[in-house]
Amino acid sequence: MIPSLPDNRWLLRGRSLYLAAFFLFLLLPLSVVAVFAFNNSLFPTPPWKGFTLDWFVANAGGRTGLLFDSELLASIWNSCKVAFWVSLISVLLGTSNAFLLERAEFRGKGLFTTLMLVPLVIPGVILGISILAFASQIANFLYDSWEIELEWLRPGLPLVVMGQVSYIITIATLTIAARLKRFDTSLEEAALNLGASRWAILRTITLPYLKPAIIGSGAVAFLLSFENFNTTLMLVGSDNPLTILMYGRMREGASPVLNAVSLALMLVSALAVVLLYLRKPQQAGDN
Amino acid sequence: MNVLAPRRLGLFLLLAPAVLWLALLILLPHVEVGLLSLRERVGPGEFATSFKQYLTFFDEPLYWHTFVRTALMSVIVTVLALLLAFPVAWSIAKVARGRVRAMLMAGILLPFWASELVRMLGWLILLRGSGVIPQLLFWLGFTAEPVELLYHDATILVGLVYSSLLFMLVPLINALETLDDSLIEAAYDLGGNRLDILRRIVVPHAAPGIAAGCIMVFMLTLGNYLTPVILGGKNSMWFTEQIYTQFITRFNWEQGSAFAFLLLGLSSLLVWLGLKLTGQRFADSMRRT
Repeated sequence: MIPSLPDNRWLLRGRSLYLAAFFLFLLLPLSVVAVFAFNNSLFPTPPWKGFTLDWFVANAGGRTGLLFDSELLASIWNSCKVAFWVSLISVLLGTSNAFLLERAEFRGKGLFTTLMLVPLVIPGVILGISILAFASQIANFLYDSWEIELEWLRPGLPLVVMGQVSYIITIATLTIAARLKRFDTSLEEAALNLGASRWAILRTITLPYLKPAIIGSGAVAFLLSFENFNTTLMLVGSDNPLTILMYGRMREGASPVLNAVSLALMLVSALAVVLLYLRKPQQAGDN
Repeated sequence: MNVLAPRRLGLFLLLAPAVLWLALLILLPHVEVGLLSLRERVGPGEFATSFKQYLTFFDEPLYWHTFVRTALMSVIVTVLALLLAFPVAWSIAKVARGRVRAMLMAGILLPFWASELVRMLGWLILLRGSGVIPQLLFWLGFTAEPVELLYHDATILVGLVYSSLLFMLVPLINALETLDDSLIEAAYDLGGNRLDILRRIVVPHAAPGIAAGCIMVFMLTLGNYLTPVILGGKNSMWFTEQIYTQFITRFNWEQGSAFAFLLLGLSSLLVWLGLKLTGQRFADSMRRT
């Protein structure tokens, strides 16, 4: 049980053993991905044929490493573009929603609060197809009525951005609102007494206080967008983001270059885990 | 009342983007899907209102079998994830301290911040016929030849449990952390055994966390697409795959919309039931996660 109570030695050992097995289960898939990124073979399977960096840097002999795989690099760039817009929009709306939730009083606030959480319980696939259907309906209507063709309402990266922000905004809102809730309003009242304008207070006191949450939720939004698959799959056009390209290649039969790009992704997410969670252990629960 | 509550213009400026977001990206798209699901193609470009799409679902065993199967497997995944995660959450919340605790947290967060694609690639390399585990079993002499471990129901379950552990662990850890150790000590001093303590103190205290974790895992599993498709191949029979097929492959949006509404209905129903049974409010438990 807990350390302050006496415990049977075998139970303690059993628990350590279980923890070890659990973490082996969690980390084994990632470890093999990393290891086989360096296997000198055309397929990411055993046997081990020696160490190579070909899957990162080769550009000859039937092997195209990560740095020369133009299709892969283009998809990473697409994902970056999408993730940039998603995090920008999510942070802006997340901040304004946080003020709505924590500061404003208006009719229908209860309904708004519930409705705002709804995107989290809708499966990503359904978010994707509903936005696809709605956007196509509008696009068709505009074309049929006035022959206006709006390219961004057809499957493609702009639609992917819309699909992803539809639920990532909620996550940003919850993170920023949680910090705003802990804010000591007497600081603002003091500034108001000392003659500061509301705008000056917002700019010099409230927003700087929210900055960690804003940066944090921006980073989370970027990662969530970069890694999103379900919603993206339904809305994607001819430009593939990274996850869609990886999915296509995995179905064709993986080549170790996928391991190489996966290893790069893992390093980025490990960095994010360290920066986002381990510096401030009390926020480890923010999901 | 807050002295700095937004005034009328400020309120409007704050409310406008939020309303646009919820209306244009959430409400209206789902209304559109609802309308699509209630119509039937009667001729080129001509549609009539009907329940045909829903009737097809009940008439065609493949469809509702897939639906029931997806629901049942999601329940199994939720139970397995809870059982596997609880001891780990307990160890992290109540036993581990300092650096060990930080390392354990990093250990559970890392796989989930790596993309789902990366995790699936790992399982593919481990499980396929030419992969690590079949080769190892063969080499050790357990099997006469390398066996294909992909495309079984058990494989899909393992993959789905793996994908959902974090969403069980985080709410459980949060709930267990707030349980005061002295309550457990008191129960122990008063002669309670492990089972009593677990049943009468720990579980009631952690109930909100358990509910939140189960709801999250169930929803995410029900809506998962990648894991069943990659690990189950053609045998996956997952309902999201049916939705994808109808929408993207067959271009039968009416049928796909009906399927989407059925899945959404099931998902909402079970979330509602879960909250009802544990006496939780939706907003409270979503915020907890």
